[in-house]
Amino acid sequence: MPALAGAARDLVDAIGSTPMVELTRLAPHDGVRLFAKLEGNNPTGSVKDRVARAMIESALADGTLRPRQTILEPSSGNTGISLAMIGSRLGHPVRVVLPDNTTPEREQLLRIYGAEIIFSAGAEGSNGAVRLAAELAAHDATLFVPDQYGNPANPRAHELTTGPEILAQVPELDVFVAGLGTGGTLTGVGRCLRRERPSARVIAAEPLPGERVQGLRSLEDGFVPPVLDESVLDDRYLVANRDAVIGLRRLLREEGIFAGLSSGAAVTVALRVAREMKSGTIVVLLADGGWKYLSADLWTRPVDELDEELDGALLW
Amino acid sequence: MTTVRIPPVLRDVTGGSRAVDVTGATVAEALEALFSRHPSLRERVTDDGRLSRFINVYVNDRDVRYREGLETPVGPDDTVILLPAMAGGGG
Repeated sequence: MPALAGAARDLVDAIGSTPMVELTRLAPHDGVRLFAKLEGNNPTGSVKDRVARAMIESALADGTLRPRQTILEPSSGNTGISLAMIGSRLGHPVRVVLPDNTTPEREQLLRIYGAEIIFSAGAEGSNGAVRLAAELAAHDATLFVPDQYGNPANPRAHELTTGPEILAQVPELDVFVAGLGTGGTLTGVGRCLRRERPSARVIAAEPLPGERVQGLRSLEDGFVPPVLDESVLDDRYLVANRDAVIGLRRLLREEGIFAGLSSGAAVTVALRVAREMKSGTIVVLLADGGWKYLSADLWTRPVDELDEELDGALLW
Repeated sequence: MTTVRIPPVLRDVTGGSRAVDVTGATVAEALEALFSRHPSLRERVTDDGRLSRFINVYVNDRDVRYREGLETPVGPDDTVILLPAMAGGGG
């Protein structure tokens, strides 16, 4: 069948080209224009669709992923869900190492897309999931581990798609803000901006981890994700869970945008930067929609109550 | 006094304390004051006189590496936060 000009041939081809929306009510003063890139509009609801597609396509291209080979990845949810959807389209079984303190929606979505779940100790955070996945892979050579924390295809997806989309939508941007997880978004978009718009500042919003998800056995158990190129960052802000929740509620109330917790953190940092600027244009990347956080009821419960609960949960 | 927040992974050294109050005009001085109280923290947090790559240091909410590093000024109302480098979430 010939392709139709206006239609993607497959859901995987519908990844990316997400909307950019101006946040006119949240912008703190007239000198600053604030825009949001809505990555929740990707097929499985997060920016990770771009990363999962790029990691699978590059591994198929260089032969490290063979037809029908099983994919294993540590993920707090979004990347696993993206891999599960794409794996199901391309015929790869997917196993996800998921910390046991995320929201139930992630487990449900992974199962719906056909993934197998292996739980890691939530108290060890994402590090625990990374460690367990490495152990499993060491004992089973048939598995392919995309490794979003170390795979150059992760930042490259953002350098080649997210970054150029942002520049086409908001050519005059002065500041780019995104959440820091694997570092793929900030590194990739940052490299694109260094080349195409060198005056732009690149700013990371980083989660202040809850006390109960910092269960490292030693400092050396922690790690800086290899894909993170810290040289492209101009600033890095910590955001407490309660401030991220406040940001997420303002996004909904003032702009109608239903987004996830890291988006609340990113918008909190964007607003802080906006207040300190006399004039300019800020783009903030909202990594996912609010759907996977509904059970945590981040929108209606008292912030103090949530603050205590989020201390032990892994929601980024 | 400047407050230094101690992450759980280092609290064995501080006898379980989550925070230690110190005086100092810069991050370096605040950390020296901390090390003089808890000498074994020095080798856990620094490596050849520099900050360990496994630790991130913030004044209030800003990473000092993107400001003036260890020379970043601190005041009596500021909080210095020590955090282990961890895999981020969102993945």
